Amino acid sequence: MQIKENATVYDAVIVGSGAGGGMATKVLADAGLKVAVVEAGPFFDPADPKQQTQLKWPYESPRRGAGTTRAFGEWDAAYGGWEIEGEPYTHKDGTKFDWFRSHMLGGRTNHWGRISLRFGPKDFKHKDVDGLGDNWPIGYEDIKPYYDKVDKLIGVFGTNEGLPNDPDGFFLPPPKPRLHELYYIKGARKTGIPVYPSRMSMLTKKINNERGVCFYCGQCSRACQVYADFSAGSCLIFPAQKGRGQVDLFTNCVVREVTTDANGKATGVSYINKEDRKEYKLKGRVVVLAASACSSARILLNSKSPQHPNGLGNGSDLVGKYLHDSTGSSRAGFIPDLMNREIYNEDGVGGMHVYSPWWGDNKTLDFPRGYHIEVWGGMGMPNYGFGFNVNDFNKFFGLPTGGYGDQLRKDVKKYYGSVLGFGGRGESIARKDNYCEIDPTTVDEFGIPVLRFHYKWSDLERRQARHMQATFEELIHNMGGEVLGDTPTAEQDYGLATPGRIIHEVGTTRMGDDPRTSVTNRFQQLHEADNVFITDAGPFVSQADKNCTWTILALSWRASEYIVEQLKQQNI
Amino acid sequence: MDRRESLKSIVLGSLAGGLALQGCKMDDAELQDAVTQGAERYFGRTPEELELIEKLNAETFFTPHERETLSVLAERILPPVEEYGGPLEAGVPDFMEFMAKDIPELQVTLRGGLMWLDHKSNTEYNLEFKAASQEQQHQIMDGIAFYDAQVPMREHPLEIQFFSLVRNLTVCGYYTSKPGIAELGYKGNVPNIWDGVPQHVLDKHGLAYEEEWLAKCVDQSQRGVIAEWDEDGNLLT
Repeated sequence: MQIKENATVYDAVIVGSGAGGGMATKVLADAGLKVAVVEAGPFFDPADPKQQTQLKWPYESPRRGAGTTRAFGEWDAAYGGWEIEGEPYTHKDGTKFDWFRSHMLGGRTNHWGRISLRFGPKDFKHKDVDGLGDNWPIGYEDIKPYYDKVDKLIGVFGTNEGLPNDPDGFFLPPPKPRLHELYYIKGARKTGIPVYPSRMSMLTKKINNERGVCFYCGQCSRACQVYADFSAGSCLIFPAQKGRGQVDLFTNCVVREVTTDANGKATGVSYINKEDRKEYKLKGRVVVLAASACSSARILLNSKSPQHPNGLGNGSDLVGKYLHDSTGSSRAGFIPDLMNREIYNEDGVGGMHVYSPWWGDNKTLDFPRGYHIEVWGGMGMPNYGFGFNVNDFNKFFGLPTGGYGDQLRKDVKKYYGSVLGFGGRGESIARKDNYCEIDPTTVDEFGIPVLRFHYKWSDLERRQARHMQATFEELIHNMGGEVLGDTPTAEQDYGLATPGRIIHEVGTTRMGDDPRTSVTNRFQQLHEADNVFITDAGPFVSQADKNCTWTILALSWRASEYIVEQLKQQNI
Repeated sequence: MDRRESLKSIVLGSLAGGLALQGCKMDDAELQDAVTQGAERYFGRTPEELELIEKLNAETFFTPHERETLSVLAERILPPVEEYGGPLEAGVPDFMEFMAKDIPELQVTLRGGLMWLDHKSNTEYNLEFKAASQEQQHQIMDGIAFYDAQVPMREHPLEIQFFSLVRNLTVCGYYTSKPGIAELGYKGNVPNIWDGVPQHVLDKHGLAYEEEWLAKCVDQSQRGVIAEWDEDGNLLT
């Protein structure tokens, strides 16, 4: 079979349409460039009635919302999950890494928590603080102007608090706390943990005439049909299509590799169209990889040529290395004061209205770096799982558990909305020996060699999780609550989530000034092929105790401006 | 257009949607209609998910006797009330049938438990459970309906696990149904404007919003006004 080559030469071929690819599309198209966006999954628009899950009721489904086909429940907007049929990944040395992939226009931005935190000055230079990991080649001052622009373009609510490592921004006003969040504020203050309005990318106020304003259904994970939350499709790709440039979308197209010429420069990409299972080529003056940290590393490692025998941009042998996810540990409590609630609509925005950024002083602790606390609770919409073990909390009052009859109806209402939970999301240390690489014996259904993961937590992360658990227990007690479940033991890593589970994986193509110790330069340009850029979370040197999306967006904007400038100057 | 045909159209339709943006035009109104109708029926499923639902719906797991027994049991667990009805009005038997196929791990506990139930009833009363009197049914249920919540469910005897599973599916099936949600009184899943906890609820819990915190929160009367900031990030509108 002959590989079909598209005659068009694009200014840029962008691989992936999530946060990093979406932002590159927007910036490059707005500069008048001709771009191709290659996305492995189908077209998706949350405003399309046939794809909407927002405002559906549980009884519209025969499984009432159970997560059989979607890991976070069947209303979740993300297509894909921890395992995708025909597209395996493997593990080395018995280690664990769970990889969440979402193949669709907008990728994982369609369902994410919208927690939109800037990294602070310390996060870029943390080696200077504790000697661990590496510093970034750039600092907060380099990225600040782009965070500012992202805030204004996309919209994020929050408050300026003047915190040293949780910078101020251009915020929309936050929603008022819900009842369980007021309990949290009170409980946290007893322990001296500060609480602030959360920082999330939903529009509590209009930012332009194209996007709607939040109508408080609490269903951002289902993707918003009026575009009141940030998804890369609705907020970046669609506006880019209406802009100055030309945007050609290639959906259901899986990129195999970046093609290169005799000088080792990229000429475009080759991809497999899932619909006819044939191989095609696209030509571009620049290639932007934004397929997600691990997928972009995979594409580079699979792009072998005489000029790049170890994979494209992999002379340092560091592509795939320094893979790291956020630490995560969770706990929930039953709050008797929240029993027998009066019922009113408290759906609010999807997720938390308040949060606690890291407050601790590591000098007095047995682990480095910190974590922030996410809070959940409230009188949510019943879905699959609602009413299971309906009166287990009777055990706290010496009452019988189980039974049948009219009593069950009373029990349902007695305990509805009385549980509050915490997620700790923290910073792990990036290590060279946590990595993904090509599995030499396995391919996916498109014949593309797949990734093999090797990842181990260290005691630094385990001790952080132990601290999270102790903190959560104290907070629940402060609220007069009962902690649910047993305290996770050392054998259970203190409840530390399996690597990958927090879906904040970063670091596989880290940036640096020295080509021997980094894959890209400070503008996310491959040291070894100057017309290839990476705008997902691969170039992160460290992940901070934040979520990565806002930083992906800001860095992608910065890299994309650099691309425009370099093209103009004919440097690439 | 029959169901199989229309399913096929939905598959084609979703591909065409993608292709449309690559330059092709989709002008088949009938196709478009089928897709829309499918959307109304299928609540945002992908073609693969639709196929799975069709496949499961085409299979039958419970025998008529098993289904009748489960229906009786569900009605005993959550007796109907006048205003909202009970498990039958809430579609609980269909829900159990679907879940047993959707999560096959549930099958042995459900089927084995139903056998246990009839065996017990036959032994005690020489009647199958569904034919026993309500009082007899209650007596059997009294023996398996309660459990020690400190012991993990998987360590309890089968009949207790069975009853717990049926109770879970009954309560869940009911409270995720239209009448169940109405009875619960859940008020959300509609466009609205959240403007804080009602004052009398705050009072009841001895809580109050702090002035300083409230001052930072959204003024809902200004939500439609486009945001503008000064150069320090202070919101001006």
